[in-house]
Amino acid sequence: MTVQFPELAAIRLGFGLSPVLPPPADPAAVLADVAATAAAAPSLTTAQAQQMHLHFREIDKKARDAGTPDSPEAKEVRRTMVDRRAMFSRLRMADCATAQVGFGERLVQFWSDHFTVNPQGPGVAPMVVAFVEEAIRPNINGSFLDLLTAAETHPAMLLYLDQTQSVGDRSPFARKAKKPKQVGLNENLAREMMELHTLGVGAGYTQQDVRQLANLLTGLGYVPDDPDQRYFPRRAQPGAETVLGQTFGGGRRDGIDAIHQMFAVLANRPETAKFVARKLAVHFVADEPDDALVSDLAAAWGKNGDLPAVYAVLVSHPQLAQHFRGKVRQPFDYIASGLRALGMDRQSILGLPDQQSRRWFNRAMALMGQPFMNPSGPDGWKEAAEAWINPQLLAQRIDWAMSAPRILLPELPDPRNFMQAALGGTESELLARAVPRAESIRDGLGVVLASNDFNRR
Amino acid sequence: MDRRFFLKGAALIGCSAAAMPLFTPVSFAAMPGENRLVVIILRGAMDGLDVVQPYGDPDLRRLRPALSMGPQGGALDLDGFYAMHPALKSLMPLWQKGQLAFAHAVATPYRDKRSHFDGQDLLEAGIAGNGPVPSSQDGWLNRLLQTMPETSAETAWSVGAQEMLLLAGRAPIRSWEPDTDLALTPQAQLLLGQVYHDDPLFRQAAEAAIEIDTRATEVMNADAAPQAKDAPRPSNAARLAAYSAARLNEEARIASFSITGWDSHKNQPGVLGGALKQLAEAILTLQRDLGPHWDRTTVMALTEFGRTVRQNGTQGTDHGTGGAMLMAGGAVRGGRVYGDWPGLADGKLFEDRDLMPTRDVRAYPAWAMAGLFGIDATRLTGTVFPGLDLGQNPGILL
Repeated sequence: MTVQFPELAAIRLGFGLSPVLPPPADPAAVLADVAATAAAAPSLTTAQAQQMHLHFREIDKKARDAGTPDSPEAKEVRRTMVDRRAMFSRLRMADCATAQVGFGERLVQFWSDHFTVNPQGPGVAPMVVAFVEEAIRPNINGSFLDLLTAAETHPAMLLYLDQTQSVGDRSPFARKAKKPKQVGLNENLAREMMELHTLGVGAGYTQQDVRQLANLLTGLGYVPDDPDQRYFPRRAQPGAETVLGQTFGGGRRDGIDAIHQMFAVLANRPETAKFVARKLAVHFVADEPDDALVSDLAAAWGKNGDLPAVYAVLVSHPQLAQHFRGKVRQPFDYIASGLRALGMDRQSILGLPDQQSRRWFNRAMALMGQPFMNPSGPDGWKEAAEAWINPQLLAQRIDWAMSAPRILLPELPDPRNFMQAALGGTESELLARAVPRAESIRDGLGVVLASNDFNRR
Repeated sequence: MDRRFFLKGAALIGCSAAAMPLFTPVSFAAMPGENRLVVIILRGAMDGLDVVQPYGDPDLRRLRPALSMGPQGGALDLDGFYAMHPALKSLMPLWQKGQLAFAHAVATPYRDKRSHFDGQDLLEAGIAGNGPVPSSQDGWLNRLLQTMPETSAETAWSVGAQEMLLLAGRAPIRSWEPDTDLALTPQAQLLLGQVYHDDPLFRQAAEAAIEIDTRATEVMNADAAPQAKDAPRPSNAARLAAYSAARLNEEARIASFSITGWDSHKNQPGVLGGALKQLAEAILTLQRDLGPHWDRTTVMALTEFGRTVRQNGTQGTDHGTGGAMLMAGGAVRGGRVYGDWPGLADGKLFEDRDLMPTRDVRAYPAWAMAGLFGIDATRLTGTVFPGLDLGQNPGILL
């Protein structure tokens, strides 16, 4: 089957086709969408998330100190936090389901997953949203270096990978600590930065490099009460560190600058270009992408990781068509694509009651194996088709396909029109034959949404 | 086979079976014997000192003036030294029959950090270590399957929506959330069968899903039959246990699910009481539904770590180290509390705050696997629980 560019781009690079939004005409339209997505105002800022975090802690502490942890005020604020999760899922769904093209929002998802954060603790959830909106979104169309710098220094990352706990053994802070043995280095951020964010596991760095990078990173931190401060010199290990054969720091006041120099070194390594290129190819093209595609993407990396140049290679690469339907949509993408195909507008998604967005977004995603904002580890979500389609997980997709449309829409479309809107002529003959034979509108829509054609991209 | 199920199943597939080979019968592969193992993960760190209260230890009262009051507070005396939390009262008949046991002062090798997530990951990964578990790590029940020659995906089930690292890994397993309701009309099922025909990944998953869903419906129907219409809905744990039992009555020999709600930082009597009732319900549901198979069943309930010995300022306890585990089943040598009691006196606590672990908690499931499935020590300490000190056989199985 030959798929035309607009359908190919919408399905492979965006959240699928829509009855109300035309697919992108050419690669330029797809690339312009990235710029527009990056320029959009954040739905939640880090400062707002910090305020929510502080407010929550304050009320929680007050209630605990008073011995009334279940005071109406504490209960109320806790409930608000839970409701927010439903609100956050509505917001993300609305952004993605109603995006003009969708490639930009897909990249927001991709980079949020590449730099996975999932800090735990009371009131900290909004920080994850702020991370996506302020560390990731504005940086998806610039250099990888800027993206890396923003992600690694955001409070959500510092909390998640324990950087807020890491202290140089010989720092003034450690030497004056009441229990010096309980204060020290934490390698978590350094290790994941090399293994997951830049060079990739097995890229030829050593444990010594990890340790030295961890020492270099000491001082970088975050405390909720002093939210603008990101560097605490008293916690920094004195002296220079040698990472990947280069020496950093050692001067009196160059702590944070040395860390920024280190980010530039990591962003410019060929291993990083190759690792990120492969990850993009795996996410957008095929679980096992051809080496040629990976090389082509890596070749566009340039200085500091020129992301728009890399995307330009991706969106017009012949392998985009060759591996059509080679990927399974992840649960979030599946639901967002479903809303998009059903033609839901932004207001009707945002206007869904909490109870319904919990059931059809949050709970559905959890049952499909991708609990919203809750990945199980810093390596993020799995990519292989087999990770998302097993009996239990497919059953949940079928359940959503059969049940969600009539809850979400006041009036259901004709299944034949819906198939055309959702798949734009890319459907298989088997699906085209099956849909008109459905006994009811519900079954017809359900068969389209549950089909492998719709679940793959 | 239950007749009702047979008829229902036949009706469900009647119109599609002729047209499409959607419904592949499960192959009855050779089974790994008749013994059954159920592992329940108690998420949130169960306070072992409150569940199995060492009221005979003179220091308990001093450290917990208002918690774990022993028989005085309604706990059920077990042996003159330990008493069982009152919320487990419904399990007393099992204790008396010798089908309920505990092991005290146990812990994984995880120390000092006391994070639920890391602690649970380590418990389920079954490896030694003290920090985040590598994301590629598999779980010890999956590694057990990898060492057993004649298993199929049907041998082990992860039940419920919770992802169980315990069963993750190379060996194929089944997972299912019993609340899943495919609610497919026969025609929709037929059509989906046709649509998926050329896509093996979707076709095979759908075939298995429909088959499993049909069996789940059977469980629910069998469950509902004897109950009055206004009977209360069974607890989540009981629902998972009922589903597990149904699978174990067929080809499955291993099932695992988790029960949450053990994180009792405040109002511990309320928090722990509720969680223990769920656990007791799960065990009694297994006993009831497994019928004759109960006699060859071992249930092990494990938690990531224990809680502080001293009660805190809000009638609760905080994250600690040494804890307790529970064992039940007709295969268990029960009516006793296993383990060496380290004492609660000054200087006997771990970091002056937690119960001192005197045995690696992994030793108990390891010895159970040796007894139930004939797994030898080399495989246990080499593959299933790498580096584990097996120690002496505690003799937990009959």
